[in-house]
Amino acid sequence: MSTYFTKEHEWVKVKEGIGAVGISEHAAHELGDVTFVELPKMDKIVKQFEVLGSIESVKAASDIYAPISGKVVKVNEALNNTPEIVNESAEDAGWMAWIEIADESELKNLMTSEQYEEFLKTL
Amino acid sequence: MEQLRSTPLCSRHEALKALMAPFGGWNMPIQYEGIIAEHKWCREQAALFDICHMGEFLYQGDFAAGGLEDVFTFSVKSIPIGRSRYGFLLNEQGGIIDDLIVFRLAEDKAMVVVNAATSDNDFMVIKSRLRGGEFTDISADTGKLDIQGPRSRDVMIAAFGDGIAQLPYFKFTTMEILGSEAIVSRTGYTGELGYEIFLPAAKAGELWDLLLNDGRVKPAGLGARDVLRLEVGYSLYGSDIDEATTPLEADLEGFVNFEKDFVGKDALLRQKQQGVMRKKIAFEVIGRRSPRHHYEICLAGEAVGNVTSGVFAPMLGCGIGLGYVKPEAAVIGAPLTVLHDRISMEATVCQLPFYRGGSLRS
Repeated sequence: MSTYFTKEHEWVKVKEGIGAVGISEHAAHELGDVTFVELPKMDKIVKQFEVLGSIESVKAASDIYAPISGKVVKVNEALNNTPEIVNESAEDAGWMAWIEIADESELKNLMTSEQYEEFLKTL
Repeated sequence: MEQLRSTPLCSRHEALKALMAPFGGWNMPIQYEGIIAEHKWCREQAALFDICHMGEFLYQGDFAAGGLEDVFTFSVKSIPIGRSRYGFLLNEQGGIIDDLIVFRLAEDKAMVVVNAATSDNDFMVIKSRLRGGEFTDISADTGKLDIQGPRSRDVMIAAFGDGIAQLPYFKFTTMEILGSEAIVSRTGYTGELGYEIFLPAAKAGELWDLLLNDGRVKPAGLGARDVLRLEVGYSLYGSDIDEATTPLEADLEGFVNFEKDFVGKDALLRQKQQGVMRKKIAFEVIGRRSPRHHYEICLAGEAVGNVTSGVFAPMLGCGIGLGYVKPEAAVIGAPLTVLHDRISMEATVCQLPFYRGGSLRS
């Protein structure tokens, strides 16, 4: 299963038409200790690169943008009480939502893992 | 752009891979392991802070005759030898030039401890108000380390013997540390049992190493320090108090002695009579969002003020903050909305401190 990344440091992993999304390890590290996650509402319809939710850390508050268009079908409730999971495992246990993908061809607008690694070097 | 100053411990912070950032003109460690982890260690064990950037001045001479007695909002003469006092240096309008602590070292000797960012200006202002005595800036030669946390007394005893075992809160003692004269004060900025250690800057590194050698001690940076101080309701100069703010507006009138003369007294008396136009409040957020500097505060749909400091408080599991509002909104229990862009949170005006469980008076 491939992971794709946005310029705003969100990731999406696709499986059977569902995209699990979250923020990258890099973003989590830059943010510092995460203290609050605003998860999207269930059934929310999002467009690629539109605001999906938000995240706060000791340092800053940041919007999270949807890496792919679709409908929110699941959210990671654990992050409501234990947002620090994002720091521990941003690209795995720290997933934020599952999106039922509207158009899988939108993945071409994103970076692959290798491209994201290269992108990080330019920052 | 002016060069950032570095404390004697800079290379140690870099070796520990601390995240460094400018603060008050100094290159300071913001965090090592992480702000939340360091905050927790301070509340449970003993955290060590590099506070060498703060300023220290020495006054030698008669306090009254030399004019030092009229400089601050408190009397220096009436501080018992061996104790210290917190208060303000004000301008003619009653605005706070700095908040500071004065240590009564001897009958005619006092040490003034000031914030890093305002240190140079503080020295100039105080010197200009003196008519006698010797007044020197000893900041460059003075190092300061804070050790704070419920284990800090045991750590200090293990390192330096029983001398400080009975030291009461806000008292200090002079003792020999690493072959040099040091001042150990039972004060701090965290709400925990702890000590501020003043010693020659040249010995700061050795003291840092010595204390970190104790398994109960871990380094903590300015990020954790900010969460710790706000949880116990302490103001931060530059954020919650500044030269455009009076002690009355800042709800810190308790540190102003109207029985004596001080620069800014007339302005404060006038303000006392007329009433303040804004008042500092403490508020607790319903939920985990953090209020931040400049966020807007609203009451019943009307903008009434702004946030000056805010964090997520790990001890409470919610956001907390300080801010200034119209006096009518400064009522315990008032339901506020704190806003910024798309962010919105509900909060309630409350009393200080936010967190009461610290080991400060242990």
